[in-house]
Amino acid sequence: MAYVAVKGGEKAIANAHAWLAEERRGDTAVSELGTDQIAQQLTIAVDRVMGEGSCYDRDLAALAIKQARGDLIEAAFLLRAYRTTLPRFAHSAPIDTAAMRVRRRVSATYKDLPGGQVLGPTFDYTHRLLDFALAAGTAPPPAPQAEADGAPMPLVADILGHEGLLQRETRSDETPRDLTREPLQFPAERDLRLQALARGDEGFLLALGYSTQRGYGSNHPFVGEVRMGEVAVEITPPELGFPIDIGDITVTECDMVNQFAGSKTAPPQFTRGYGLVFGHAERKAMAMSLVDRAMRAQELGEDVTAPAQNVEFVLYHCDNVEATGFVEHLKLPHYVDFQSELETIRRMRADAMAARETAEAGE
Amino acid sequence: MTEGYNFAYLDEQTKRMIRRALLKAVAVPGHQVPFGSREMPLPYGWGTGGIQVTASVLGPDDTLKVIDQGADDTTNAVSIRAFFARVAGVATTARTAEATVIQTRHRIPETPLTEGQIIVYQVPQPEPLYKLEPSRAATRRLHALSEYGLMHVKLYEDIARFGHISIAYDYPVMVNGRYLMAPSPIPAFDNPKMHMMPALQLFGAGREKRIYAVPPYTAVRSLDFEDHPFRTTRAPHCCELCGSDTSYLDEVVIDDRGGRIFVCSDTDYCAERRSTQQAAA
Repeated sequence: MAYVAVKGGEKAIANAHAWLAEERRGDTAVSELGTDQIAQQLTIAVDRVMGEGSCYDRDLAALAIKQARGDLIEAAFLLRAYRTTLPRFAHSAPIDTAAMRVRRRVSATYKDLPGGQVLGPTFDYTHRLLDFALAAGTAPPPAPQAEADGAPMPLVADILGHEGLLQRETRSDETPRDLTREPLQFPAERDLRLQALARGDEGFLLALGYSTQRGYGSNHPFVGEVRMGEVAVEITPPELGFPIDIGDITVTECDMVNQFAGSKTAPPQFTRGYGLVFGHAERKAMAMSLVDRAMRAQELGEDVTAPAQNVEFVLYHCDNVEATGFVEHLKLPHYVDFQSELETIRRMRADAMAARETAEAGE
Repeated sequence: MTEGYNFAYLDEQTKRMIRRALLKAVAVPGHQVPFGSREMPLPYGWGTGGIQVTASVLGPDDTLKVIDQGADDTTNAVSIRAFFARVAGVATTARTAEATVIQTRHRIPETPLTEGQIIVYQVPQPEPLYKLEPSRAATRRLHALSEYGLMHVKLYEDIARFGHISIAYDYPVMVNGRYLMAPSPIPAFDNPKMHMMPALQLFGAGREKRIYAVPPYTAVRSLDFEDHPFRTTRAPHCCELCGSDTSYLDEVVIDDRGGRIFVCSDTDYCAERRSTQQAAA
């Protein structure tokens, strides 16, 4: 009998951490990746981590990506765990995306519109051929430059709004709820829903948004507009009493315009699904706007039949830090529970076999 | 203690919010109180609810014990104990009798707890009805109405199909004759220990953002029927190490030919018994 109670968890953990650090570094003959390189060259990954980590800080997000060995959910988790310890100085005023310094703006509903269409730095029309010159480290030719014409770029939503064709959103100066401070409760209003979606997992929202396009909660969506660029963040310090600009952030905004046949209380008009995400995150912003619109089904008197329309389902399952924790916790020890299941199954099997024997003896 | 962090990691405002939830939970035994669960530096599912509750009740003079599966030396118990040793600098112990606060996952110690002790359970799923009704908006209503027919029907169906209630762990209990409560995934074997326990029992579910409690000396009844009374099961063996025939046992596979032994899941209980036996010999 060679059994000794397992000891040494502490040492095993320390050793695992050391091994992890070594694996993270990889071959030391290859130069180490700098967080500045991540921040500059893996920008979309950094944007995703800032969005899902709910913390706009490129350097911290880059560090999190490096520490997480490129696991973006793990990186978002690292950033969130840091964020939660930070003091809160102020709430910003709502950002004005109509005043965005636009780097990209496309509308699928109008061929041309004030401010024009701006393709910007997009993968959209690249041919997906592996670029071996990139592997060789060839510097790209400089991109052509031109003066911006400075023409205003009004939001498509406002253009449609003028005609009364787009449902007017209710304005409120109430402080929005904050699900990082208060527990999620239902019914969850749109401020809370949008906050949850903005922090939600890109993959989950993508799949749910896609499901609405395939008939699970049909939306009839058009991209009124997707825009990406820099907006100013303003706060009003109480000692000053007037707003001051504390810096710019990059955001991607999507206004999805959806057909709506009207109801008892509202005339036929377009309704809006809205997406707003930190950084350049077009896929996420578009998926978010589809899911936001789907979750408005009840409010608009539509049948709630599809997963994307079920507010509780979406909000409870869109958070990848929560989801990954609970899925992965299954690898923690469960021997006590398993033992109780073993005994229960053995007892049930004994009963079933005894019953069968009795039946056979009776034949 | 780690520089730059408050005592026991959480800031005082957060502790205050959690203590308020705890007070409400103690005042309404078995009722799930929503709270503003924070993101912790450990993953959801690893005991973030229990850790937040422990952090909020812990004082500098406390002695902390952390167990997972009954054992002090399982990796996650080691990790959580190390976390509190680091951020609170409190004394830690493996001895149940010496601890003032015990954080646990999946077990209640075999040594009976006493007045003045607090046991903090890590809870993965605070809603006892979730397998029967997944909507938390709906289950909240069922609790408000004390409408627990769903669970009784589930237990009845088990008996009709299998002759037994098939729930082996996280076996539902009625607290103080009012609220149906998930005891966390402790084996049903441990359920009777919750009844009229002299210690304060606190439950934290971080991911689900719920806290609940059973105050000392509160009735905790495992659901059953008159003709199918609640029964506990344990492996019908003795502990290979200390010989206990009453403790809850882990089954340990020792070879690939079906060989197995049984040992106490509560490592402190087992070690105490062995040292007493050695002293007597």
